[in-house]
Amino acid sequence: MTRQRIRRILEAALILGAFSICFGVVSGARAQTELLNVSYDPTRELYRAINAAFIEEWQKKTGQKITIRQSHGGSGAQARTVIDGLNADVLTLALAGDIDAVAERSQKLPLNWQTRLPQNSSPYTSTIVFLVRKGNPKAINDWGDLAKPGVQIITPNPKTSGGARWNYLAAWAWAEKAYNKDDAKVRDYMGTVLKNVPVLDTGARGSTTTFTQRGIGDVLLSWENEAFLALAEFGADKFDIVVPSLSILAEPPVALIDANVDAKGTRAVAQAYLEFLYTPQAQAIIAKNFYRPRNVEAAAKEDLARFPKVDLITIDAFGGWAKAQKDHFADGGSFDQLYKPAR
Amino acid sequence: MADPTTPVYRTDTALRDGFWIRALLLTLALAFLTLFLFLPLLSVFVEASRKGYAAFAEAVTEPDALSAIRLTLLVAAIAVPFNVVVGIAAAWAIAKFEFRGKSLLISFIDLPFSVSPVISGLVFVLLFGAQGFLGPWLKANNIEIIFALPGLVLATVFVTFPFVARELIPHMQALGSTDEEAALTLGASPWRTFFTITLPNVKWSLFYGVLLCNARAMGEFGAVTVVSGRIRGLTTTMPLHVEILYNEYNSVAAFAVASLLAGLALVTLTLKTYLEWHYADAIAATKRH
Repeated sequence: MTRQRIRRILEAALILGAFSICFGVVSGARAQTELLNVSYDPTRELYRAINAAFIEEWQKKTGQKITIRQSHGGSGAQARTVIDGLNADVLTLALAGDIDAVAERSQKLPLNWQTRLPQNSSPYTSTIVFLVRKGNPKAINDWGDLAKPGVQIITPNPKTSGGARWNYLAAWAWAEKAYNKDDAKVRDYMGTVLKNVPVLDTGARGSTTTFTQRGIGDVLLSWENEAFLALAEFGADKFDIVVPSLSILAEPPVALIDANVDAKGTRAVAQAYLEFLYTPQAQAIIAKNFYRPRNVEAAAKEDLARFPKVDLITIDAFGGWAKAQKDHFADGGSFDQLYKPAR
Repeated sequence: MADPTTPVYRTDTALRDGFWIRALLLTLALAFLTLFLFLPLLSVFVEASRKGYAAFAEAVTEPDALSAIRLTLLVAAIAVPFNVVVGIAAAWAIAKFEFRGKSLLISFIDLPFSVSPVISGLVFVLLFGAQGFLGPWLKANNIEIIFALPGLVLATVFVTFPFVARELIPHMQALGSTDEEAALTLGASPWRTFFTITLPNVKWSLFYGVLLCNARAMGEFGAVTVVSGRIRGLTTTMPLHVEILYNEYNSVAAFAVASLLAGLALVTLTLKTYLEWHYADAIAATKRH
């Protein structure tokens, strides 16, 4: 045999090997029933706990062993990925507007998706609070303090993050109340607040690490659950939670993506998964992970005691998500008009 | 001043003056290296071992980490050989033949270097995404490209494409084609000429190109993050897994996986240095410097 022959045979073997590994991996991953939950940034710990409980529950009920895959990122960015074709079975995003966008652009689920499950398809709620450095050295006690000169505010980008949009609307709602709906003054206030933001991360978790681990900023506008988690992770001696006089009721909704579950044949298990979120067992897990449960009787008392009383407005004050999205976050909306990155 | 015929003592003065400058430059370079290279690298390993060996071992052997490692190696195992074959073909064509549009081809090979990796990822989303150019057809035929292995491989191939060709082209050009011409006139077939003359002549550049290509293929973050869909344990390569762990406040695990990546880079470097040292004569001979 000549050298070339041997070389060619070796090459062929190498390519064949690579291909067989490739197909082995792909087909191996497909053997089991698999759900893909595409979620927003701060729900990592919540769904880890929920998934473990549901997998056990489902096996008890049907004898079927399933795997649940998670993908996390900024809510808007995740919606974009699903629109671009990520094969999600269920979407659990930060706000209805993002699932609306998926329904409109991909047509993989009906536009009335939010009426299909109880309570606006939101099995848990949360709100927006402030996380400040221990002792609150900059004396940030309410939304008005965010416009003070020299205060550095950390919040994610409303274009990609759902939490950031709740932050933005909560601030807006406070300003409308404080300035008696004087539009010029509200805009002036929002512009000043945005000037105090040195960096816009793409997702809530990115902002939390910027604030807690990189030590940037005086105040983090944060999901309540995310603020509690930061306290639990880093110790209550590092940060304080400040509850503003007014905040917004954040309803992170969940939805089944019909076209994907039908193509994959996972409709039954995906539907059961979403319904499981409303069961007392899941509601208790939800409260334990710092989200406000819908069913307070199911939650442990000590978990409930952690949630402060806050005056909450709802998204209806902005005419629903479709209108809020158009007025504030779409191209040319109020955010685009008011946000000018500091140079 | 710089007259080539100047007396010896002037060169001597220049050398003596040079001492302080040399010392200063050397200190600066070393300080810079320590600050920007050794310390960060060291901190990766220190951070990884902060909670002891058990935590480290657990972080790199849990199922998601293992699948990230497997995926990274698999992507590199497909992307690197592909780029080697295409890179050799491109370099060979450019160095040994004259044709129209040659400089245009060279520019195209360099394109991935000049394009931001995010864009490299986005072009594939635009092309293969559900809303993209080929998306509906792929969907109809049940072919998954982005948010799956093929997309990761495509993005990696795109980003690492220039490494092999870029190493080979100048070397092949410097060698010229006289050896090949001799072989051909002596009656060797074009394939035989290629495998016994051209390829062995450039094997060190090729090897170096492969190492660089491999290092980048395993470490690529930007392009891969766009096409990955971030499905934990399924489409997350090691760099993406590091980011996920870091974002979950799990910095020990994040740095443990990061130290594996850094370790792979160090192995690559050591391998290269060792071979360069071991085969210094052979390298010098083929490079004909």
